[in-house]
Amino acid sequence: MRLSLHRNTKGEIYMKMKKVLIAMLLVLAMLATACGGEEATEAPATDAPTEEATEAVDTTEEAADTTEEAQEEPVEAKGEIILSTTTSTEDSGLLDAILPDFTDKTGYTVKVVAVGTGAALQNGRDGNADVLLVHAKASEEEFVEEGYGVERFDVMYNDFVIVGPEADPAGLKADYGADVKGALQHIAEEKAAFVSRGDDSGTHKKELQLWEAAEMTDPGEDAANEWYTSAGKGMGDVLTMASEMEAYTMTDRATYLAMKDDLDLVIVVEGAEDLFNQYGVIAVDASVSDGINTEGGQAFVDWILAPETQELIKGYGVEEYGEPLFVPNAQ
Amino acid sequence: MQHLLNGFREAFVLLSNLDKEIFDIIFLSFRVSLTATVLGALFCIPTGIALGITPFRGKRIFGRILFTLMSTPSVIVGLLVLLFISRNGPLGFLGILYTPTAMILAQTLLVAPLLLGLSFSLARQQGRVIDRVGKTLGASFGRRVILVMRELKAESLAHAMTGFSRAISEVGAVMIVGGNIKYHTRVMTTAITRLNSMGEYPTAIALGIVLFIISLLINSLLYRFQEGPSYEDRM
Repeated sequence: MRLSLHRNTKGEIYMKMKKVLIAMLLVLAMLATACGGEEATEAPATDAPTEEATEAVDTTEEAADTTEEAQEEPVEAKGEIILSTTTSTEDSGLLDAILPDFTDKTGYTVKVVAVGTGAALQNGRDGNADVLLVHAKASEEEFVEEGYGVERFDVMYNDFVIVGPEADPAGLKADYGADVKGALQHIAEEKAAFVSRGDDSGTHKKELQLWEAAEMTDPGEDAANEWYTSAGKGMGDVLTMASEMEAYTMTDRATYLAMKDDLDLVIVVEGAEDLFNQYGVIAVDASVSDGINTEGGQAFVDWILAPETQELIKGYGVEEYGEPLFVPNAQ
Repeated sequence: MQHLLNGFREAFVLLSNLDKEIFDIIFLSFRVSLTATVLGALFCIPTGIALGITPFRGKRIFGRILFTLMSTPSVIVGLLVLLFISRNGPLGFLGILYTPTAMILAQTLLVAPLLLGLSFSLARQQGRVIDRVGKTLGASFGRRVILVMRELKAESLAHAMTGFSRAISEVGAVMIVGGNIKYHTRVMTTAITRLNSMGEYPTAIALGIVLFIISLLINSLLYRFQEGPSYEDRM
């Protein structure tokens, strides 16, 4: 006996049929989106090396790649690696440009997790990344010394610059064009608006080093310093903030160039020796966790240090910005 | 203001170009949120209703705790799930960190208290009368739950839609457990966040518009679905 508080009239039965039809359509739509999304976007459900699953995903990518390189034989799909890197490398677009080459050559797909350098190193410690590409040499060396990383290698460098509003209220460009320490001291003295990354990133660490070198305490420590904004955000966000607030900030040249058209900021201080920005690559050590893809991580390190890849890095950005965004310097 | 207008224009361009990356992002968003909502609804709506019509000790406190859980920030849910599925965490062996599976898991956990709480509350108020009628007709507990669910079908559907809204619009949980990885775990909300941080407002707005339109379509379909007999049908 079906328990219900009313019996269906003919009209209601008709309504019910319509509803079932719509329900079926919805389910079909859901399935369609599930399947459509699956091929293109889904990573295999487990990181374990189930090659059948990864092959299904990667054949679609390989098919696209092999049409470009007609002579090359399709490389066997090998699974994935997780690359934890900084927001500055991703925001600059370098990785989007060169990573397909890695997948072509080795068959590994790279999942790029872009966070601050501090967070990237922590991902390494937690075993949630297979390889790191960051730019805080001291922290990187510590990471390797503590046994989390296999070895650290130089990959490429660029430089930091200080950018600010075109009007340059603190007169940095004229007086401190190449003297970053002097510029920072002057900013503090004038209480000129300054935005900091404030997120333990490589850029932030560099900024703190520079304040120290200028013999000043970290302005972020003192709440009374209202001219100093600790944003806690990535480079792109901070540049946008500085542009909106008409403030100064320290940025890597690459991200600035990539975003220049959307910003109202110009370079006011550049070229000082202490603005040098070195990037390093580290494969995470197998001892950190069972889930680490050591083979894939090592393959990435080998690839990024290889001469052909270094050439790719050198070429990136030249057409669009007239200069390479990153200068390769692997040994 | 200029950005807003550019955003509308960009939305047209994106959709008409059938930009693959954008469509992948849209598909993934709906796949994750719809799955999470369906899973959540399957478990939580019957459970919530069952709990709502049953008297038990501490029911009032339970209700209060449930309502508090409903407003858990999505980032906290994301963080908790991350701790579990992190490679060195208790569920690390599943290897689901930075995959859509983890995102579905996080959103299901996010939506569950909401669906549970709303169904519970609904059953407590409107379900009691129906439950009583069922009792007088001699129905077992299970049958009564089904009866209440049937009678309150329309409201339950509205709850499910609410759950879906919560899932599709959240960004904290999927960002943390998914990683916003291009081509893999980027959904509309995380994509908009990223575009926003790059200062690319028109594209961000365009995605927002697309999100809105599709949500509107789904909600309209579901609303049509839950309507009672129309005037013509009754005549």
